[in-house]
Amino acid sequence: MSDNGTFTPVIVGFLCNWCSYRAADLAGTSRMGYPATLRDIRIMCTGRLDPTFVLRALQKGADGVLIMGCHPGQCHYQEGNYKAIRRFALLRRTLRQLGIEDERVQLHWASAAEGVRFAETVARMTEQIKQLGPLDWPRNWPNEDPYAVEEAVHE
Amino acid sequence: MSNQKPKLALYWASSCGGCEIAVLGLHEKILDVAAAFEIVFWPCVMDFKYADVEAMEDGEIDVCFFNGAIRNDENAHLAHLLRQKSKVLVAFGSCAYGGSMPGLANFYTRDDVLRWVYFDSPSTDNPDGVVPQKRVDVPEGELRLPGFWDTVRTLAQVVPVDYFLPGCPPEVSSIEAAVNAIVSGELPPPGSVIGVDVTVCDECPREKHEKKIKRFYRPQEIIPDPNICLLEQGLFCAGIATRAGCGAKCPQVGFGCRGCYGPNEGVLDHGARILSGIASVLDADTEEEVEAILDTLPDPAGYFYRFHLPGSLLRRRGRTNGKRQPVGEAAVHEPA
Repeated sequence: MSDNGTFTPVIVGFLCNWCSYRAADLAGTSRMGYPATLRDIRIMCTGRLDPTFVLRALQKGADGVLIMGCHPGQCHYQEGNYKAIRRFALLRRTLRQLGIEDERVQLHWASAAEGVRFAETVARMTEQIKQLGPLDWPRNWPNEDPYAVEEAVHE
Repeated sequence: MSNQKPKLALYWASSCGGCEIAVLGLHEKILDVAAAFEIVFWPCVMDFKYADVEAMEDGEIDVCFFNGAIRNDENAHLAHLLRQKSKVLVAFGSCAYGGSMPGLANFYTRDDVLRWVYFDSPSTDNPDGVVPQKRVDVPEGELRLPGFWDTVRTLAQVVPVDYFLPGCPPEVSSIEAAVNAIVSGELPPPGSVIGVDVTVCDECPREKHEKKIKRFYRPQEIIPDPNICLLEQGLFCAGIATRAGCGAKCPQVGFGCRGCYGPNEGVLDHGARILSGIASVLDADTEEEVEAILDTLPDPAGYFYRFHLPGSLLRRRGRTNGKRQPVGEAAVHEPA
């Protein structure tokens, strides 16, 4: 996604209903400024985050994925964010092997009172991904089939 | 041979030949197949030429069992040709279905593969730096080789596929079920996987309790208890997120499921599903504890995508951060 020649990343955000989505709300109602790069999706808990969601976002054109939830020990469902810690650590190792930089998929915590922390996290991640450049994942497999009429659709 | 019998074709693209062995594993039932079908193309066991297939009418073949992934121009040529000539095209086995072993090349580039095979591997002796070329002129004329792709594809990523029959190789019972379904005409909706929709755990007789593990073991490091779930004992097992149909043969002999039957219905990414299940058994609450456990699980992506990397959402390792390499004609390998 390029704007006047400068690259503006698209970051898909998965924000938990009880803390981070409220932090985003607080950042908005408090008129805090942060880059308009985040496409936030509310999930009930980071423990609900299937790694498939992250892969799907990257495959569909996102330059990064930001997962945010309640601080450890403060999960509305007691331990959902601990499940997220385990999945995320394993996902990060897997993504490294697939050639995706750590900065592109991040896990952070923000309570409902931490609008500033939320805005700073989005701003920092936006800068990091600007440095890395576009991900543009489907570019990794251009059509090599000399017999193809058109590119086969894979779902 | 009667012309009234339905016509059957079997082909191998990028595969090991195990699927062909699996068909022969039908033993005496192979005679039933021969009785029920007229075999019109099976290069592994009978002398047919590609020209024989090209000479057929479109849709003349009733059923084609196509095994192997698509990794070069020849594979693609036969995929398109057999699609055109076949009424029902079945992706037979894990390679055609998800990419399987040949698909692991998607962790590397074409240049990586050619460099390793023709220069760097310890058993290579290639003083003249000979590498395959798509065309070479010799005194006798022009010689051609199929172009070697950078990215391995599944059959369905190249042509439309009617049915999928997973397995590495498919179990005889799975093949029988597919053959019976085709003979009787009682087929599931096109695009379906022919098989059951439970996981390997459902077929595995090992005792299962709550799983909490402090470290992983590799198979050579411990002798597992014969009666308890392997994952509970710290041995990687993909059975939690892999389609059943195999009878849980591997876990029953003490070896964790590798995932060859692929994902269950509705799962977009087999690896992500296994990842999610494996992460849930880690007995750790802090990032440091989790990382310490994961240090005992080398090559997680290799475990999760062993049979389904080309068929996964991301399909291959990326080439980002200025390290993108050219693909297509521009990447024809130069001697190092």
